Amino acid sequence: MSVLVYTESENGKLKKAALECVSYAKAIADEMGTSVTAVAINANDTDALGNYGASKVLNVNNDVLNTFNAKQYASVIEQAAKQEGATVAVLSSSADSKYLAPLLAVGLEAGYVSNVVEKPSSLSPFTVKRTAFTNKAFANTEISTDVKLIGLSNNSFGVVESGGSASVEDFSPSIADSGVSVESVDKAVGKVTIADAEVVVSGGRGLKGPENWGLVENLAEVLGAATACSKPVSDLGWRSHSEHVGQTGKPVATNLYIAIGISGAIQHLAGISASKVKVVINTDPEAPFFKAADYGIVGDAFEVVPVLTEKLKAFKAQNA
Amino acid sequence: MKILVCISHVPDTTSKINFTDGDTQFDTNGVQYVINPNDEFGLTRAMWFKEKQGASVDVVNVGGPETEPTLRKALAIGADSAIRVNTEAKDGFAVAKELSKVVTDGGYDLVIAGRESIDYNGGMVPGMLSGLTGANFVANCIGLEVDGTNAKAVREIDGGKETVNTSLPLVIGGQKGLVEESDLRIPNMRGIMMARKKPLNVVEPVGANSETSANSFEKPAPKGAVKLVDADNIDELINLLHNEAKVI
Repeated sequence: MSVLVYTESENGKLKKAALECVSYAKAIADEMGTSVTAVAINANDTDALGNYGASKVLNVNNDVLNTFNAKQYASVIEQAAKQEGATVAVLSSSADSKYLAPLLAVGLEAGYVSNVVEKPSSLSPFTVKRTAFTNKAFANTEISTDVKLIGLSNNSFGVVESGGSASVEDFSPSIADSGVSVESVDKAVGKVTIADAEVVVSGGRGLKGPENWGLVENLAEVLGAATACSKPVSDLGWRSHSEHVGQTGKPVATNLYIAIGISGAIQHLAGISASKVKVVINTDPEAPFFKAADYGIVGDAFEVVPVLTEKLKAFKAQNA
Repeated sequence: MKILVCISHVPDTTSKINFTDGDTQFDTNGVQYVINPNDEFGLTRAMWFKEKQGASVDVVNVGGPETEPTLRKALAIGADSAIRVNTEAKDGFAVAKELSKVVTDGGYDLVIAGRESIDYNGGMVPGMLSGLTGANFVANCIGLEVDGTNAKAVREIDGGKETVNTSLPLVIGGQKGLVEESDLRIPNMRGIMMARKKPLNVVEPVGANSETSANSFEKPAPKGAVKLVDADNIDELINLLHNEAKVI
């Protein structure tokens, strides 16, 4: 019996979401009176996972796994879970983890609950709280299978250092057929992604055209933030679909969400509601976003945002 | 090519979300139901395969008789026939298990499901369906071409996209990007009339077990009022974000 956690990495570096998942797994393991085993694929410095609560790390190093493949990765994690006799497995909510999770659930015959936001409220019956109706509600969901699979919402539990240490072992699972092979990857280098960002700066139709996106990008750069947009903006082709946040786009669960020239349609607000602090800048004081935001400025984005950017730059320089 | 499009019957995106029976049931009072938006992008892409490559397109839903208007709408958009598995959609696993029987019995080459439903957002049915049937699987699919038994798909990843090669039989979890919003079709009168005559076959469930159950619901705590900052006093906003919200 143990809690298994898949610790995702990118180019060998463990992701922040991986540390959060280990912290979460540790909280469950403590309640169950067991320990946490992490499985990492082609990741460096995995002994650091001990500091977040892992007792053991299974290191998988295999060049075949240099490119993510859902079926192969799911099979690796499945083999690790079976070896460890894991009764709970924890994954993040990254695109890759959400891709492999249902395959892993079938392999482990595990009941799978995604978008979980808290540690279990009860171990028997095993009950977790998840978001539903695109963040408009929470569902307290019971898992009735012997093995439970949890997809943890990013930024919901937080990273907790416990000061422990982990033993690291090599793990050499058999490699499954891939079925799907990657031809090319098109990914902006050095840009913060919406999924990993602590801060997201988002623009709406109030910015009048794609030529004005420098406002959003400059502010995002100062804050180390990812950029996003509203649905009309992606439908108009001003920005790519991958930046569209909301009910049919991406969910956003950041510490700070800054909305510029976005009125706040119900579908948009649902998609961003898991963000902790929301700031809106809009000329229209009646915009629905003001009802959902924590802080607001009624004003013209073209005047307010450049000043905000400059002042934040000075603030960052002072507090660096 | 035989295509099956999985259709989830979900509350319209503008629906107010409320619960009844001591917060254990979704309150359907006054709620309009629609084809799950992610499924509708997939259905529209399936229409393209039908018109350009001569594919046949069936649609399927796991649910009670109340979901039939949603299936009729899919028929009015252009699907050839519909299947309703006559059982409550208990959880993602049970739905995937019911669908896997439909897929195997029908010998489908391509199964198009949505990335996730916009009500329970489980995001597991297409992946589990692939796991249960052994078909290849592409999640968050934003582009799909099929040539013979070869398929080229585009998957949205965090911060970009990747192009993959795979083969039929294939299951995809589709979303916007498979087609554009402007490509979506509103059923016309002729489509609606024809849909009435198209087959809607009700099949009995295999009786799949569920693995999870949503026992109760909660709504997020009401939010406090917004703090307005004067447009001429940006320093105050920075101060609040730093000292009060502690996010910068």
